[in-house]
Amino acid sequence: MPRVDQEEMLGNGKDIICAKCDIPLKVGHVTLGYVGTTFPVDLFKCLECGLVYIPSGLARGSMVEVERALEDK
Amino acid sequence: MDTQQFHEMEAKCTRENLPRCAAACPIHVDARGIMAAVRKGDFSKGYALFARTAPFPGIISRVCDHPCQEACKRVEAGGGLAINALERACRDFNAKPLIKNNLIPNKDKKVAVVGAGISGLTVALNLSYKGYKLTVFDASREFGGRLLKIPEATLPRQIIADDFEILTKLGVQAKFGVTVGNTDGADVLFNDLLAEFDAVYLGLGQIKAADFALGLELDSDGCIRIDPVTLGTSNPKVFAGGSYRQDSSELSLINAVSDGKSAAVSIDRVLQGAGATLHTNRTNEGPQPTRLFTSMEGIEPLPVVSMVDPGEGYTREEATEEAERCLDCQCAECMKLCEYMQHYKAPPRTLAMWIFKNMSGVGGHKFNQLMNSCSMCRLCESVCQDDFSMADISREARETLVSIGKMPPSAFDFALQDLKYSNSDAFAMAKHEPGFSKSEIMFYPGCQLSGSAPGQVISVYSFLRKKIKDGVGLMLGCCGAQADWAGEKETFAETIQSIKAEWERMGKPKVILGCPTCVMIFKNNMPDISAEFLCSFIDRIGLPEIPPAESYTLALHDSCTTRYEREIQDSVRNILRQLGHNIEEFKTSRELTECCGFGGLMQISNKDLAHRVVDRRINESDKDYVTYCAMCRDNFTNRGKKTYHLLDLIFTDETGKIAARPPVGYSQRHENRARLKTTLLREIWGEAVQDRQAPVKLVISDKLSSLMEDSLIMVSDLQQVVDYAERTGNKLQNTVNGHFLASYKPAFVTYWVEYSAGEDGFVVHDAYSHRIVINATDHGITPEQPGQCPVFSSLT
Ligand code: SF4
Ligand code: SF4
Ligand code: SF4
Ligand SMILES: [Zn+2]
Repeated sequence: MPRVDQEEMLGNGKDIICAKCDIPLKVGHVTLGYVGTTFPVDLFKCLECGLVYIPSGLARGSMVEVERALEDK
Repeated sequence: MDTQQFHEMEAKCTRENLPRCAAACPIHVDARGIMAAVRKGDFSKGYALFARTAPFPGIISRVCDHPCQEACKRVEAGGGLAINALERACRDFNAKPLIKNNLIPNKDKKVAVVGAGISGLTVALNLSYKGYKLTVFDASREFGGRLLKIPEATLPRQIIADDFEILTKLGVQAKFGVTVGNTDGADVLFNDLLAEFDAVYLGLGQIKAADFALGLELDSDGCIRIDPVTLGTSNPKVFAGGSYRQDSSELSLINAVSDGKSAAVSIDRVLQGAGATLHTNRTNEGPQPTRLFTSMEGIEPLPVVSMVDPGEGYTREEATEEAERCLDCQCAECMKLCEYMQHYKAPPRTLAMWIFKNMSGVGGHKFNQLMNSCSMCRLCESVCQDDFSMADISREARETLVSIGKMPPSAFDFALQDLKYSNSDAFAMAKHEPGFSKSEIMFYPGCQLSGSAPGQVISVYSFLRKKIKDGVGLMLGCCGAQADWAGEKETFAETIQSIKAEWERMGKPKVILGCPTCVMIFKNNMPDISAEFLCSFIDRIGLPEIPPAESYTLALHDSCTTRYEREIQDSVRNILRQLGHNIEEFKTSRELTECCGFGGLMQISNKDLAHRVVDRRINESDKDYVTYCAMCRDNFTNRGKKTYHLLDLIFTDETGKIAARPPVGYSQRHENRARLKTTLLREIWGEAVQDRQAPVKLVISDKLSSLMEDSLIMVSDLQQVVDYAERTGNKLQNTVNGHFLASYKPAFVTYWVEYSAGEDGFVVHDAYSHRIVINATDHGITPEQPGQCPVFSSLT
């Protein structure tokens, strides 16, 4: 089972701002969940309004594997 | 599906039955394996295989009465394999010492064998390997019994000596020159034997037992009554077999050996205290029937290879040539045809077992995708002599997983949403023809034909109204096949229920079905509705007037959902001929046709495999294809094969010109259905239909479109994201390129769009999705196992 590295989780998040609050995103705690399991992770998000950024590489990469792994448990 | 049901279904596969040679051989020598070794010139391996089953391989290789040869499948093409002669060749050219059996530590139990013939010596050998103390009694002076009467040239004494040497090595005691009985003249009293030994085997040969007064129960012929399975007698300590229980006209050495093996099994069980289970698990002993199917397709007859010098047996070259004739009997009929089985590289029963395991959840659900990948096309069932059906097994398993809430959401969600859409107001409707209050027939084009070829649906409806005078109703919707394939029993039942209700509301007209899959669903689930496939109906009522301007040679692909519908297949061919086209038939057509990857929702649950399935089919002919299923048409076209729907050939333009339609993707299909309904309502029923609120306009490149198609992302999903982001301002922005990033989760999937404002609408730069939920606790996910994620846990 591959481990998700920091790079994949954060992607290009340092270049991203929240367009609503007009502030840069910062790494913060986010709870992800799927089929009855939740897990805390650190992702770029807007500390003001809470909007979370999922980079495309993460969605197409590890997220797919995690979904599969949780479904097949 | 419980274990019993599952077993009944999977046991239909007889692939693991023995080949005829081994089934006819009472001790089941693996002749097929030996033939394979000899073909490669590996006589030592052949001999090792032989000796694994044959207790005295030298002797048996010379004088076996070889019932295998007559049973051999090759009998149908030139003559059965000379298996015994090849066994002899294996011994003659063997270059390696045989691997010794493992000795089991000595036991203190003692067994007497009366009679030193081949059956008694087999008992002695097998039981002394197991550590029992054996004593053999015989009136003669040496081991061998009847074997000693065989001429030296056929069975050299040296071979006998070599084979029996092991008995002495194992410490088998021989009491020669003694007779056993309860009569006055007997040297050893049988009753004394019974007292001294823990078990006795009687291999008395061709004699009458009554003379010995053994005190055993006899049958009406005065012979010892012997249980044919256990070889037990009326005395639980005494077993008997060998040529004693053979007819003098059909003496069989190999059956005597088989008796010895069976008696040894029985005696071992009795001495281990398992006498009560003497009859269990014995069906594999002795000659037995087999249902193994072996294809004779393309097999040329070849006679048995003769020997230059029969006295010397086969030479190496002759032996190899003879072994070449072996058909290597095995059934793989379904595996030869099924891409799914080939992909998972396992025979049907193994796959079935994995599916069952996955369903039961033993060791998790790691075979989810395998379980969800069978296209349920029934090709295996059709080609299998005993109708083994992976489709039935898959459906049962999927239904079970759905019912316990363990079906992975990602598996079929997309298809179920599609079904929901098609049966929503966006598409579904049922109406009588304008000006009629009842319908003689009702056209039900189905969701896929409507999604793929809305123009043809309109043409067909106009044509039907012209031909049928008493009212042609129209019903739009989806038959629910996708729910059926996905194992969603409830949704499927509801769908069927509402179709039935609408049909009743419409006055129970005869239904004309535009899609072969609908034909299957209606036939199997709504037998009270009189229904006919559109093409068959057109064939009966006559084609439209306009003759086609061109004539083609087309490879005709039958749809898998109507593989058993001979009439439909015939009418399609009839129409093509009437239109003046030439038909090229596939090797796998009609009941052996292949699936296009839509069946069983394979293309949703295992896209790559579905692509392989399509690619294989579209490479089977270089002609353009014709089919009568919209999904087949779309799948072939989408992978680059020019394919006509039969309706494209029937409903040409006014000049008779035939146009092959371009590929159609998922988004387009939705769009087409909605637009079809609006168009019909406006143009045929003259209703003033309000245009839906114009959706956000997006500019999407072809490259991204096909990526979206592969990821099951639809344009309408992205429109919702952008609409939401622009309405609420909830969006991110990349400061390097200025693109916006936004996400929206309409139901189960979160969609992301990277976009910027352009002149003709929003330009989409990227689109992706995920099912994992952000801020899960806010979304009502109750953590059963917090922090248990195997991948992300490293970061917490
Ligand atoms: S066709 Fe397939 S399922 Fe049927 S017996 Fe042969 S291997 Fe088994
Ligand atoms: S052809 Fe070969 S495998 Fe088949 S029955 Fe004959 S010896 Fe056995
Ligand atoms: S139903 Fe079709 S896809 Fe499934 S195993 Fe049988 S032949 Fe293969
Ligand atoms: Zn913000």
